[in-house]
Amino acid sequence: MSKTIPVIRNILEANDRLAEQLRTIFAENRLLALNLMSSPGAGKTALLERTLTDLRETLRMAVIEGDLQTNNDALRVAATGAQAVQINTEGGCHLDGSMILEAVKQIDLAGLDVLFIENVGNLVCPAEFDLGEAAKVTLLSVTEGDDKPEKYPLMFAESRVLLLNKIDLLPYVDFSLEKAAGFARALNPEIIVFPVSCRTGEGLQPWYDWLCEAVRTRQGA
Amino acid sequence: MHEMSIAEALIRIVESEMAAHGLRTVRRIKVRHGELSTMVPEALDFAFQAMTVNTALEGAVLEYEKVPLTMSCSACGTSFSPEIPELLCTPCPSCGEELGHKVLTGKELNIEYIKGDT
Repeated sequence: MSKTIPVIRNILEANDRLAEQLRTIFAENRLLALNLMSSPGAGKTALLERTLTDLRETLRMAVIEGDLQTNNDALRVAATGAQAVQINTEGGCHLDGSMILEAVKQIDLAGLDVLFIENVGNLVCPAEFDLGEAAKVTLLSVTEGDDKPEKYPLMFAESRVLLLNKIDLLPYVDFSLEKAAGFARALNPEIIVFPVSCRTGEGLQPWYDWLCEAVRTRQGA
Repeated sequence: MHEMSIAEALIRIVESEMAAHGLRTVRRIKVRHGELSTMVPEALDFAFQAMTVNTALEGAVLEYEKVPLTMSCSACGTSFSPEIPELLCTPCPSCGEELGHKVLTGKELNIEYIKGDT
């Protein structure tokens, strides 16, 4: 007999349930989890190397590294002395909740202030998958073009922080910081924008201040 | 590219509904996806077909309905749909405010119903 079953279920409900489990784990450990997203090559790992080194005395931080292949990035991050766990998605374009649950088991969460989750380089798919993070942080480099927030609205609409990286290259490219920030704010009026250069270190202090403040808020101090 | 993950999650939901309602085969699955969702139907079809060979779901047709973007104005609260379907920064038809509108619909990725045989 032919039958129609009304379902009305969110297709990604399984991932959303795992994200809730992760949110609970992060809350129990009073840990600020940040989901770091960008295109490939925008400077996510460079940002982490800088941040982990410069704030080594201030915050206790660990990193989950998502990549299609290789553990190059985990090695770069581990060289700063921070705990680092590599996830290889074997071609998968994003991280999901089940991968983070596995990775979290390998990290000593006790006493940690910040957990960075470096997503796979991709401006599309990662925005769809909740990882239980407190905030999404998106990185856009000036060599990519200032129209990216307009072209990839979901990622920028969902992010709390936007870092505009490689500002040391501004003299060589047609990129307007105002335009990029304007597009991002039009999508998301609360987004906080930091123009930075992870190569020279310019502009990183306001990002560090935001990070320390977010940790204090998280820990209720 | 994340349609493989979506197909996997969708198949798991359909299988659980089949068991709950005593369906032996499935002929049609209705999927609603929002204007802002980054899912590509052709890619989901491909992933779904590849993953259902020799299963009770083989040959089932995915039927799509796109859910339009609707927003409430950040200044006056009027609900509206932009003329360009996926444009978040659009002047409000009532007061002209362009920025910071709240998304009401357009991020959905849901199954609405399953048709099959007992």
